[in-house]
Amino acid sequence: MKDNENLGLGLKSRAGRESCGDETSPPLARGVVLAFSVCLLTLISARGQTELQVSKAIEVVGQTKPIPVSMSGFSGEVAQVLEFDLYVQGFTFTSPEAAQYLITGSNNGSVTGQLRDPHNNSTMLSKAYTGASLRRQAHAFSDDIVLKVTGRKGIAQTKIACKVQNGANSEIYIADFDGHNAQMVTRDDTLVVAPCWVPGRLALYYTSYKLNHPDIFYHDLSTGTRRVFARYGGSNMSPAASPDGSQVAMILSKDGWTDLYVCQADGTDLRRLTKSPQDESSPCWSPDGKWICYAAKDKEHRSLCKIPASGGTPQRIATTGTPSPTEPDWSPDNKWIAYTAQYRNFEICVVPAGGGQATLLVDGEDPSWAPNSRTLIYTRRQGGGTVLSLLDAPTKQVKDVSRISGSSNSQPSWAR
Amino acid sequence: MKLTKFAKPLVLALAFTVAAAGCHKHPSGVTPLPGYAGKNKLEDVPPSGPIRPGEEVGSTGTPSNDPNSHANWGEHTDILQADTVYFAFDSSVIKEDEKPKVAAVADYLKGNTPNAVKVEGHCDERGTAEYNRSLGERRALAIREELIRLGIAPTRVDTISYGFDRPAVQGHDEAAWAKNRRGVFVVLTPPTAQ
Repeated sequence: MKDNENLGLGLKSRAGRESCGDETSPPLARGVVLAFSVCLLTLISARGQTELQVSKAIEVVGQTKPIPVSMSGFSGEVAQVLEFDLYVQGFTFTSPEAAQYLITGSNNGSVTGQLRDPHNNSTMLSKAYTGASLRRQAHAFSDDIVLKVTGRKGIAQTKIACKVQNGANSEIYIADFDGHNAQMVTRDDTLVVAPCWVPGRLALYYTSYKLNHPDIFYHDLSTGTRRVFARYGGSNMSPAASPDGSQVAMILSKDGWTDLYVCQADGTDLRRLTKSPQDESSPCWSPDGKWICYAAKDKEHRSLCKIPASGGTPQRIATTGTPSPTEPDWSPDNKWIAYTAQYRNFEICVVPAGGGQATLLVDGEDPSWAPNSRTLIYTRRQGGGTVLSLLDAPTKQVKDVSRISGSSNSQPSWAR
Repeated sequence: MKLTKFAKPLVLALAFTVAAAGCHKHPSGVTPLPGYAGKNKLEDVPPSGPIRPGEEVGSTGTPSNDPNSHANWGEHTDILQADTVYFAFDSSVIKEDEKPKVAAVADYLKGNTPNAVKVEGHCDERGTAEYNRSLGERRALAIREELIRLGIAPTRVDTISYGFDRPAVQGHDEAAWAKNRRGVFVVLTPPTAQ
C-alpha cells in the first residue's frame, strides 16, 4: 500500500534484543494463562548453570507491564508523535536511570534518531530520515524502534477508516491511525456507515443510503471510483472482506430474515450461510479465510459463532464471563477475537480465537485489530457523542485518536 | 469461584440487575441487560461447540421486494404517523397492544390501492451499531409479516433499517429510548398519483 511505504529507508527485519520484562502477573483466573504472544522458552544448560532465555516477553492480555524507555532531544510535533506511537504499542516513558532503552536524537529540519541499550552500552539503531513531512519521519523512526525492540512491525504508518457523524447524516473518512491527515471518502449527504478495508488494498466496502436504500458499495480509493456491490431487497448491511479480498460476507434481508450471506468479490455466487429468524450481525473473517465469525442468538443465549465460509454448521465460540457479545474482530495472527460485551456499559473484551475465558479490557465498543495483532482501535462514548481510541491490549494503555471531523467518529476499521 | 478482575464488574452488574428487578423499576442511567437479567448466570453461559442451525420460529420469512419496485413513488410520512409501532427493549416482537396499529395500516392499504408502504425499523442507542441495524430490519420485517398475515400483498410492503442512526427524539433515558424503538410507516404513492 502506498501509504505504508517506508520513506525508502527500508526496515531491516531482525529480531531485537530480547526483553524479559516483568513476567509476574497478578492472580489470574483459575488455570487460565492468556499468553498474548507465543513465547519461545529456550532452556540452555551450560556448565551446570541454567539460563532462561525468553525470545519475546510473555504478554498477558491486559496485565503486561509496558517497556520503560527514556527519550531526549526531540521537540514539538516530532516528540508528540514518537510518544503517541510508542505508548499505544506498549512503551512507557521514564527517567534515563529507570529506562530499559534510551531514545535520543533531534528534529532540526529532519529527524535523526538513536536507540541505545544502556545496560550493555550498545547502540541498537542509528538512523537519519529525509523526505515527506517531519511527522512521517517521526512515524518511520517509531516503526524502526518497535521493530528493533519487539521484533514486530510497527503500526505508525498504517491507515484507518471510520464513520463521521455530521448532524443527521454520516460519511466515511480515512486517516492515519492516529487520526491525522484525514480525507473524506464519501459525499453522499445521507447515512453512510460500517466501512471495511479490503486487506492489502486501497479499497473499502461500506453501506450507503445514497440510493434511498441501504446498499453495499465497493469503493476503490486509488481511482476514486465506486460501484454498487449489493443492492438486494430489504437492507444490505455490515460488509466484511475476506483476508485475500476474494469474497465478501454481509448481512442481508432479501429472503425475509436478517441472515449471513457470502459472495465473490465480483458479486457473483451469492450463498446464504444462515437461515434463522434470530439475530445475525457484524461478520468478520478468520485470517485463513476459512471461517466467518458473527454475533448470533441461539434460543435465549447471545453468543459469538463461527461458520465455515463455504457453508456448514455454525459453532459457538465461548466468551465465558461476558454477556451479549457483538462486533467480533479476529486478530491477524489468528490468536484472538476482540468484541463488544454489554454490561451496564459496553466493554471491549478479548477471547482466544477458539473460545474460552474472556478478558474484559476497557469501556468501549466496535474494536478493530491493528496489523500488529496487539493494538485495537475502538469507539468510546463521550458525552452525547463518540470518539475513537487506541488500546494496547497487553498493557491496557489507551490514547484517544485526534478527532477526524464532524461531531462523532465511530465504526473504525484498520487497514491491514 | 475466585473472582477475577473482570468478574467483579460482572457480579456488580448482576447484583445491580437483581436489585433493579426487585424494585421493579430501573434507576436512571442503568441499562437492563438483554438475556442477562439474573436468568443467565455465569455458569449458564454456553460452552464452545455446535449449535442448532436455523431454529424455526413462526413463518419462514417472505422474500423482500426488489429495491427498485417503488423507485419513483412519492413518500408521505404524515398519513400513518399515528400508527408508529413501539417495541420493547432489544425485541422485534410486536406487542399485543401495538397490533391494532398494524391492523389500522392494513385497513388503510386495503382502502387505498395501489398505494404501498415502506416500514422503517429503528432502535434506541443501547446496542452496538451494526447489531442495531440488524435489529431494526427485524422489527420492520416483523411488521411486514403481520401486514401480510392481515392480507396485504408482500409486493406492497418494503422494509428499511436505520439502526440507531435516526432517533425520533434525542436523550439518554428510558423516555427517549422508548420513543426510538419503533417501526414507522411511510406511505408510497405511484408516480401518476402525485
